[in-house]
Amino acid sequence: MFSLLKSLWLVFLHIFRPRETMLYPEEKPYLSPRWRGRIILSRDPDGCERCVACYLCSVACPVGCISLQATEDEHGRRYPEFFRINFSRCIFCGFCEEACPTYAIQLTPDFEMSEYNRQNLVYEKEDLLINGPGKYPGYNFYNVAGLAIGGKDKGKAENEEPPVDVRSLLP
Amino acid sequence: MNEIVRSFIIPFGVLISMTSIAAGLIWLERRLLALWQNRYGPNRIGPYGLSQVIADMIKIFLKEDWIPPFADKPVFILAPAIIVITVLLSFAIIPFTQSIGVVDLNVGLLFFLAMSSLSVYSVALAGWASNSKYPLIGGLRAAAQMLSYEVFMGLSLMGVVMLAGSFDLRKIVEAQRDMWFCIPQFFGMVVFLIAGIAETRRLPFDLPEAESELVAGFHSEYSGMKFGMFFVGEYLGITLISALVVTLFLGGWRGPFLPPVIWFALKTFIFICGFILLRASLPRLRYDQLMSFGWKVMLPFSLLNLLVTGGILLAVS
Repeated sequence: MFSLLKSLWLVFLHIFRPRETMLYPEEKPYLSPRWRGRIILSRDPDGCERCVACYLCSVACPVGCISLQATEDEHGRRYPEFFRINFSRCIFCGFCEEACPTYAIQLTPDFEMSEYNRQNLVYEKEDLLINGPGKYPGYNFYNVAGLAIGGKDKGKAENEEPPVDVRSLLP
Repeated sequence: MNEIVRSFIIPFGVLISMTSIAAGLIWLERRLLALWQNRYGPNRIGPYGLSQVIADMIKIFLKEDWIPPFADKPVFILAPAIIVITVLLSFAIIPFTQSIGVVDLNVGLLFFLAMSSLSVYSVALAGWASNSKYPLIGGLRAAAQMLSYEVFMGLSLMGVVMLAGSFDLRKIVEAQRDMWFCIPQFFGMVVFLIAGIAETRRLPFDLPEAESELVAGFHSEYSGMKFGMFFVGEYLGITLISALVVTLFLGGWRGPFLPPVIWFALKTFIFICGFILLRASLPRLRYDQLMSFGWKVMLPFSLLNLLVTGGILLAVS
């Protein structure tokens, strides 16, 4: 009997407790930077696309929602001709981000991407590309890779020694 | 002329205000339950979410009103009407103030007991007419529970009747001029409250509905506004029991400074909130616990209360 009255009183006191509910549209929740949300394509610090169209993300994707077509510009840089993510299929597993060798594809802390029309969930390259480097500022794939492209020869990358002339190694 | 107009305005006023209170209680209950569970409750539509009432009503009116083909159709339709009619009729005897009250029956209390007994038919028939398992179990439980709690509900009120010397609710309120009956009849009030909760099938006595075991109990097969009628009946029942506790034990409209109607509404409101607090905090009883609590604890208790009250009254007079 006493315990019943006590529980009544304790429940009554909950009026003065802070609310657990977050008033969502007005009050945004905190999402950690590692949150796996909307997928973006980032650019390197020089403003060029990081994506080298290696297809690894497309292969890694368990639901097959990424499709792209590789092409090459006049400097020998590879880039995707089109890059399409079908977000109505995407499960936000983050495998594409893990597979990406150039930090180009990244998942962001944003989940507000509802649409009234299902077709609008297919994001094209211009929807995915952002103007910044995303989570990895200062990283430029071609500056650390040994690949020679127009404007950057062999041996010009960071921490890369000049190419060895095999013929000069004669005793 | 004035008398005729009055006799029209008061019943219609009571009818309209009671049904709108029953509708408003939907919002109040959801909001208060939320408060006691550290939530906000409906707060999106209108100021403080008050328009939720209108939204809920639109929704329930537009829902498909489906009668199962295996149901007993006339009884199925009649059952939800009975509960609303009987509870609304019971409001006729309640004196809201000295002058506002629908009828002035000298057997007012008996009328209320008769009407609350009739409302058992509603749930029992709803369970029976649905013609399927869970509603039948729910209706069965409702009948057993309400009949057994009816017994000491009546007995608990006899102390008040003895003190006031009348079944007329207006006379009972008049008799509380010097002292509210909640002091000499404290145990009577406790017993009446518990019986009242059981009568309105609220938690912790909501065995006839028992969502977690009987789907929705006696109204499992109901949909649309017929389902809504059961809820209107339940909320009206809460208001009725609260209003009766106030009238019988807490001096009705009496109170200093404020006008009588305000006092009556205020006291009733506190009891309604109490009903919701009970729902927020107490678990449901088991069926055998409910029955043994009713017959082995509450009935002897109310009889003892009756005996002691009668003995003291005899000794004094």
